[in-house]
Amino acid sequence: MSAAGAGPSGQGWRVLLEALRPRLTRAQLVAAVLLGLLGFALAVQLHSTAGQGLGSLSQQDLVRVLGDVSQRTQRLQQEVATLEATKRDLTSGTGGTSAAIQEARARAATLAILAGTAPAVGPGVQITILDPKGQVRAARLLDLVEELRDADAEAIQIGSVRVVASTFFIDASGGISVDGVILQPPYTVLAIGDQRSLTTSLEIPGGILEVLRQNDQADAVVTPKDTVKITALHALTPPQYARPAPTASPSSGG
Amino acid sequence: MIAAVGLALGIIAGVFLEPTVPVALQPYLPIAVVAALDAVFGGLRALLDGIFDDKVFVVSFVANVIVAALIVYLGDQLGVGTQLSTGVVVVLGIRIFSNAAAIRRHLFRA
Repeated sequence: MSAAGAGPSGQGWRVLLEALRPRLTRAQLVAAVLLGLLGFALAVQLHSTAGQGLGSLSQQDLVRVLGDVSQRTQRLQQEVATLEATKRDLTSGTGGTSAAIQEARARAATLAILAGTAPAVGPGVQITILDPKGQVRAARLLDLVEELRDADAEAIQIGSVRVVASTFFIDASGGISVDGVILQPPYTVLAIGDQRSLTTSLEIPGGILEVLRQNDQADAVVTPKDTVKITALHALTPPQYARPAPTASPSSGG
Repeated sequence: MIAAVGLALGIIAGVFLEPTVPVALQPYLPIAVVAALDAVFGGLRALLDGIFDDKVFVVSFVANVIVAALIVYLGDQLGVGTQLSTGVVVVLGIRIFSNAAAIRRHLFRA
């Protein structure tokens, strides 16, 4: 208000100040009443706008809001369906994975016993070959192993050597070299498998035990045992040349 | 002065009484308020122009409110209530702006 009367805009301010001066004129009263009405309506409207929900919307607005909401609902339902499908996939995927892992573990355990990298326990037989004259040759021991394999022995140990596919037998001075380990008589052979078929195949007339007794003057004793513990392990060396060939189905290799 | 006091009294009454707007009046009250604002700004401009007349002010105030409400009502009946409300608000807004500009020129010469 400091500009009043000072500058070129003084005229306007003076008029305004004149109007603001309290005078009980009809114009002032009328203006007061109308402005009071306006203020009242303004406050009421502001208040109701602040607190309004859908009540103040017109029919068209409501229809539009309803359309928006139902579209949104549809979108959200689609999202729910997608997420549920994903969840289902993930759950079943987890189940499949754990089943595959279990299968692979069982397979690995079987293969470890076959490859001689894991100790094995089970019913079987213990064969003790007493060779007082030192006449048992490596070939005879190999025959014995073959005989045991024929009888479905699942794990074989000679002395402290685990017998696997690559095990070799060489005659050595004072004994037999099995996989490079020189064994001396008496030879102890452990085999896990069906006790009856193992015993039968060994003691069959003309079988390996008879050959040992007759040809090598070696006495061999077969003792069935309920628990044969094969603890000797075969150290695996990674194949230098052979690589796994890609196969369509893992079971086709046999 | 009395007018300003009246405005303040009205606002205070509206704030403290917290009346609920009747459902029948709900679409019209906002438009009526804008129309009244237009009338008030017009009155202020007339005051500064030196041609303020209370009779004209009352008539323009009431007429503005009634016409605005009527237009909205007509629009609702015709099914174009929303658009017509927007139109009324736009027109009144333009008028308020031009009145405010005139007032500004009177007070600040700018």
